[in-house]
Amino acid sequence: MFALLAELARPNAFGTDAPTLAATIVLLVSVFLLLIRAIKGPTAYDRILAMNVIGTKAVLIVCLIGFVTQRPDFIDIALVYGILNFLSTIAILKFVRHKRLG
Amino acid sequence: MSGILVLDIVLLALILITAVATVEVRSLYSAVMLSSIYSLLMACFWVAMDAVDVAYTEAAVGAGISTILLIGTLVLTGSVETVRKAVSWPALAICAAAGGFLIFGTLDMPRYGDRDAPANRHPIYEGYTTQNVPKADGKSAQDVKRFEEEQAAIAQQQAGKHPGEPAAEHAHGAEHTDFFHGHVPNQVTSIIVAYRGYDTMFETAVILTAGMSLILLLRGRRGNPQRGGLL
Repeated sequence: MFALLAELARPNAFGTDAPTLAATIVLLVSVFLLLIRAIKGPTAYDRILAMNVIGTKAVLIVCLIGFVTQRPDFIDIALVYGILNFLSTIAILKFVRHKRLG
Repeated sequence: MSGILVLDIVLLALILITAVATVEVRSLYSAVMLSSIYSLLMACFWVAMDAVDVAYTEAAVGAGISTILLIGTLVLTGSVETVRKAVSWPALAICAAAGGFLIFGTLDMPRYGDRDAPANRHPIYEGYTTQNVPKADGKSAQDVKRFEEEQAAIAQQQAGKHPGEPAAEHAHGAEHTDFFHGHVPNQVTSIIVAYRGYDTMFETAVILTAGMSLILLLRGRRGNPQRGGLL
């Protein structure tokens, strides 16, 4: 089992480790599905949820890109994303609830 | 096909979908949401392009502040777009022509990461970088000149004590290996990294100007509390 994982994690024809790359691609596909919901979404809450979850996916994608390119120090940016995503979600929810920001 | 290229293609496809949807969607509220998503995806793309500082800025400005500013704009205006007129063909032609020229201009650019690109081949003109450097540690130009003269005198004395080829050969070797005179080879990187102070100083000036403009714009009218702005 561990041998198989090690074999998968070995640098291969893709030039990077395949599992991390595959995980990133899967996350991008899920971003695509969320994007459909954000564009079609009948209510405002669908769009807010889609935006928030895309923000979370972006945090993960940034981390994974850092590991794909063998520079894991990109995690700092992921932290910034996490904070800012929360901030903009709060602002939008406040607008929906009160029709103003104050 | 490298893994990063696959990532780039998928990310750019998603960004393109988001951009088209942002333009096409009728409700301005949805457009704000989509522009926020656009910023998040674009920031991921900057990370994939190794432009980490741009990614930071995109995350802070694009996904954070500009979403809130656009929502604030929606508070002041309305959230429904007026019915659009038909497509203006001259405007479309001008946009297409400008885009075509820009793409045509990129054909002359060196490849991404090309080590033979002009920016990597030619060292930066020393006069741009060295003229003000001695001021950084509190020395005046006269001090520096006197110091250099003393050094030259010492070097002359030593050359007098030990005449011969080794010193000259060593100097020649140093000149040969240190082709860029101690600077970073890439000109842009040289300014941004080795002369970080200038870069940061003017960035700060830009941010200060932008902040003052925003405060002036959003402050609201004095003596008219009904039309209060955001701040």
